[in-house]
Amino acid sequence: MHKNKWIIGLILVVFLGSLYSIFFDHGEFIKPFDRENPKKRIKLGLDLQGGIHLLLEVDQVKLPKGMAIADAVDRAVEIIRNRVDQLGVSEPFIQKEGEKWIVVQLPGIKDPEEAKKLIGQTALLEFKLLDEGGDIEKAIEGKIPAGDILLYDKENKPYLVKNEQLMTGESLANAQMKIGGGFGNEPYVSIDFTPEGGKKFAQFTGANIGKRLAIILDNKIYSAPVIKSKISGGHGIIEGSFELKEAQKLAIVLRSGSLPAPINIISENVVGPTLGADSIRKGLYSGLIGLAAVMLVMGFYYKYSGVIANIGLLCNILYLMGGMTLIGSTLTMPGIAGIILTIGMSVDSNVLILERIREEMRSGKTVRASVEAGYKRAFWTVWDSHITTLITAVILFIFGTGPIKGFAVTLSMGCAISLFTAVVVTKVIFDWRLSHGNVDYLSI
Amino acid sequence: MIQIFNNPNVNFVKLRFIAYFISAILVGSGLYAVLQLSMGKGNVGIDFAGGSVVSIKFKKELDPAKIREALDKNGFTETGVQQIADAPGEPKEKVLLRIKASNVKIGGLKEAITKVFIEGFPGEVFEIDRVEDMGPVVSKKLKSQAFLAIFWAILALMIYIWFRFEFRFGLAAAVATIHDVLAVIGIFYFMNKEFTLLFVTALLTLAGYSLTDTVVVFDRIRENLKLRVKDNLDTIINASVNEVLSRTFIVSLTVMLVIVALFVYGGEVIHDFSFALILGVLVGTYSSWFVASPILIEWQHAISRKAVVKK
Repeated sequence: MHKNKWIIGLILVVFLGSLYSIFFDHGEFIKPFDRENPKKRIKLGLDLQGGIHLLLEVDQVKLPKGMAIADAVDRAVEIIRNRVDQLGVSEPFIQKEGEKWIVVQLPGIKDPEEAKKLIGQTALLEFKLLDEGGDIEKAIEGKIPAGDILLYDKENKPYLVKNEQLMTGESLANAQMKIGGGFGNEPYVSIDFTPEGGKKFAQFTGANIGKRLAIILDNKIYSAPVIKSKISGGHGIIEGSFELKEAQKLAIVLRSGSLPAPINIISENVVGPTLGADSIRKGLYSGLIGLAAVMLVMGFYYKYSGVIANIGLLCNILYLMGGMTLIGSTLTMPGIAGIILTIGMSVDSNVLILERIREEMRSGKTVRASVEAGYKRAFWTVWDSHITTLITAVILFIFGTGPIKGFAVTLSMGCAISLFTAVVVTKVIFDWRLSHGNVDYLSI
Repeated sequence: MIQIFNNPNVNFVKLRFIAYFISAILVGSGLYAVLQLSMGKGNVGIDFAGGSVVSIKFKKELDPAKIREALDKNGFTETGVQQIADAPGEPKEKVLLRIKASNVKIGGLKEAITKVFIEGFPGEVFEIDRVEDMGPVVSKKLKSQAFLAIFWAILALMIYIWFRFEFRFGLAAAVATIHDVLAVIGIFYFMNKEFTLLFVTALLTLAGYSLTDTVVVFDRIRENLKLRVKDNLDTIINASVNEVLSRTFIVSLTVMLVIVALFVYGGEVIHDFSFALILGVLVGTYSSWFVASPILIEWQHAISRKAVVKK
């Protein structure tokens, strides 16, 4: 009995700890599943919360000369992170994957299409001079003068541009959307150069007075103003009959810098918020039905002993929730399936033990001896069955992606916890029962 | 004490020849399915084949012919259309599109499909609640990862069983596990169910589970081998399987209860996953009775024959 004191203490500590971990955040009460609350105690995966999952690939062919793919990917990750930060997503996940892939996860995002455009924009800003002497008609037919390129503006009007990069977005220190000034009520983007960039800008505007300067973003001409004088203040503007949103986005991508090379979406997964809510509801519903069915069968078939197993089962679920909130793992739909499977597998251990106790009782042992022998002899079977499940769960965790990792997490945690609840917790209850009341009879 | 089986005495060892016949069919169809799948045939999901899935929720059940027409008109000719109800018996308000090949660039599918349905069903209110778009590079990687996962899982499980039991037990357990995995693949293939990442997840889970079932029986056989030294292996195996019959049954029953709940009420995302698990529990229970233990006997017979020849 002395040993049990420690075990009971441990069970209680874990019990209270789980409750605290599920419902409280730094002492403040919080609903565990609240989808709206960013502090919710159980993190929901994209498939439950809604949101967007993108797999991006950096276009290796269009890499600038001399840049390694690894550097390009690292830089792209940084830049995408900057852009996403300005979207105000609460728990974004952006990470390099493999050699040239980038995973982007934006849970709970309202407008996935908008976000995709923002992330995917190369945002290569270039300043080049127009070739006003060239023959545009001939260029369209394919005879582009040497050293020139043919570009279009937003209205698809063609321009001949001298293919010499005077400056790029690298020289930008800041970009902001502004309205008004000398431009009526049109939004425009005001840019500040770095000190070095400012000098460069002053230098070439001074050298090219009277010529037209093309401001080009991702190979599209935004505006081509005439250089009226040397511009030496370190500021500039980009106009081009923007809509408000467009100007805002442009400012964001300019601020965050240009991607080293274009990126392509190679896989996309968008989940709407209703499907997520639906999945949670269905997962909860089927879980409760499964739980009720299992508990009924156990109570009916094993009577009092079945109720003890049910207590162990409830502890398992509580501890599992507590553990998940504690390590901050993400719950996915397959993860819910993992919890539900845990319910079934957790009582498995109890079935093994209880059947064993029955056998021992049939062989004529006393109740206490039967219980002891039942737990002792069934233990290794229970152990083996848990290890085999754990092995598969770990392998799923290693090889799985996203939602499937969520399944591996709940299944392995549930499995490990059930070894404790099904064997230790129920044993303590049996011990208590056998030290109080009728020792010669056990309802099993 | 309620008991499902009262002193059962089924002669599993004798019944094994019937079981071999059934298992041969199951394993055969599984091998056939694997062969077909490796040649790119069969209903392979977008996880492994590339392509897209779009799920659209309407306020009422649409006419399937009209959906087909709207899709064809916009070039989505090779599209699988499935209509799903929210719960059994309710109208099938949800439309699930499986687009194998499309000219739409990845990332632009949602807009394209929205256009198809706005034009095809003017005035209907709908919401696209899921878009999965899988490029060929990604699906190729997922495929190789899935194979690796299955390979490592079975290897790791075999090593564990080998470590815990004698070699012959490990071998028998491994055969039974591979038997179960192949059987479920075969049944899935011939029911024309979709092979997806979640299906592979279910396969691995049931591999672990079916081994659990086998371990329960093997533990008892091992125990009886020590206790009943005088009996021959056939008798011991038969007695052992019978002794744990109700155990295995109740264990399978409780797991089955939760999986069936998941299957019926868990929603479309998890539907095929739970179906695969249901098959897995059924086949796993069958194999621990009729496949794993008889293999031990065959092993024994083979050894004793060898011994006879040596004499």
